[in-house]
Amino acid sequence: MAEATIEQTSDRQRMPLAARIGRRTSAWAPSIGVHVLLILAVVVSVFPFYWMFVGATLPSSEVFRVPPRILPGSHLAENIRGLNDTLPFIRAFLNSCVVAVAGTALGTGAAAAAGYAFAKFAFPGRELIFFVLLMSVMVPAQATIVPLFLMFSDIGWLNTYQALILPSPLLPLGIFLMRQQMKAVPDELIDAARVDGCGEFRIFLKIVLPVAWPAVAALGILMFTQRWMDFLWPLVAAQTEDMYTLPVALATLAGRRELTDYGGLLAGCLIATVPMMIVFFALQRRFVSGLTAGAVKQ
Amino acid sequence: VRSRAAPYAFIAPAVLLFGAFTAYPIVRSLLLSFQARSGTSYPFTGLSNYTRLLEDPEFFRSLLNTAEIALMASPTHLVLALALAVALNAGFVRLRGVLRTVLFLPAITSLVVVAVVFSILFNTGFGLINQVAGVFGISNVPWLDEPLWAKVSVALVLVWRWTGYMMVIYLAALQTIPRELYDAAAVDGAGAWNQFRHVTLPQLRPTILFTVILSLIGTSQLFDEPFVLTRGGPGNATETVAMFLYKNGFEFFDAPYASAVAYSLVLIVAVLTFLSMRVGSRGVA
Repeated sequence: MAEATIEQTSDRQRMPLAARIGRRTSAWAPSIGVHVLLILAVVVSVFPFYWMFVGATLPSSEVFRVPPRILPGSHLAENIRGLNDTLPFIRAFLNSCVVAVAGTALGTGAAAAAGYAFAKFAFPGRELIFFVLLMSVMVPAQATIVPLFLMFSDIGWLNTYQALILPSPLLPLGIFLMRQQMKAVPDELIDAARVDGCGEFRIFLKIVLPVAWPAVAALGILMFTQRWMDFLWPLVAAQTEDMYTLPVALATLAGRRELTDYGGLLAGCLIATVPMMIVFFALQRRFVSGLTAGAVKQ
Repeated sequence: VRSRAAPYAFIAPAVLLFGAFTAYPIVRSLLLSFQARSGTSYPFTGLSNYTRLLEDPEFFRSLLNTAEIALMASPTHLVLALALAVALNAGFVRLRGVLRTVLFLPAITSLVVVAVVFSILFNTGFGLINQVAGVFGISNVPWLDEPLWAKVSVALVLVWRWTGYMMVIYLAALQTIPRELYDAAAVDGAGAWNQFRHVTLPQLRPTILFTVILSLIGTSQLFDEPFVLTRGGPGNATETVAMFLYKNGFEFFDAPYASAVAYSLVLIVAVLTFLSMRVGSRGVA
């Protein structure tokens, strides 16, 4: 993972391309081009968020007004109330929280423990199991949706929290990433603890996890994000409105032909976005490295 | 003293979860694809689902739709992401961290939320995008109401959602390029463009290849955005392979046929990965 290199770029490392252009030709022309490109990109990236926020605070009749409103109104609370009357939206929010937190804890814990075993123990079957895990990464999660549905339906677990929480599509990738990270935990540390008579589980909990914590946290963020945004499986597994997660609730509302409550819909989008943003700004560096974990190979 | 059981205890939770909710469904899906629905049972019928797929115009439509959207979205957002990464990496740019954060924001937003917001922005009659276009004398672009435009809209939403993410990947890779390479190129008289062409691009080659695979594999599974934006319409113009799978599995409740679609998706992902590797390794030597 390359989070360190992104943040801690020294002047020496910076690619001197543009600086060179600056020295060779007139200093301002390329720099203006670069800035125009960046400013445009920022505007395009941020505007939909701002517009979502403004729309969420407007009465629905004002969302499509010409010319558009560009300053927020005072209808946010009413929009949320109206939204919750149409569909149990607060409940969907709580469902999303439960599913994301429990699913992340389960997936990250299982991946960290397994990654540790694959990195630090030699045991019969290790290579084979790891190979099977690795191969499964290539199979898109959508290929498992139909049998998962049949399976949960057979055991009567459709429309339950177990159904939403237990399938963990990022688990194999997580184990793979954890194995890489756990290799970096010094063997001396683990051996010393063993000599001191520390139990294997205690060693994992008290020594390995704290040392590997940054990587575990990054994986946790990746898993939390996936759970929070996951749509297809909850769409299939949640069958009554009281089990909907936020994306399912929002897509259901947006799909209703008779929908006119655009202010409420945008308030719902806001509710689905703000928690992610808070986590993002609180854990920024780790967040970017978490989300691009496995993507950056350098 | 090591306990022999310890490693098995550590992998047990993961193996149980993986076995029950990933491995078993993968295998059962494969088996199902050779079965057919008959009342409440699923007798084996060989390749019948696959021969049916090959004769199903809607399946080919969905393949083509997915490919068209991918061909519009992938090059666009990857080129944009690379341009932004190079721009952001320029020595004179201030507030680099802030800009990077802001440009990454779309990547932390739920696909459903993105699609809902854009479905309102793209509204033909009243949407803000057409209001702005109207100022420039372009009126009533049928963003979501006309087959080609609907595909363009889905692709635009993908570009918006993924450019910042890919940019971060490129930025990380850019910063691993040794500065000496640029110095050497400069000594040889290479200008900015030639440095980009002869140093940056070759050095980024593995990363670019990787992002191309990532983006193609991602788009081959496209579901959330068209499901919310267009419901696959107008007609079947934006129905993707994943939506076709969902429709057969959960609207027509034809699990075996949906499983055959699922395995054609597995095949597509495998072929894409293989092709990208081939294309990527050619010319390196």
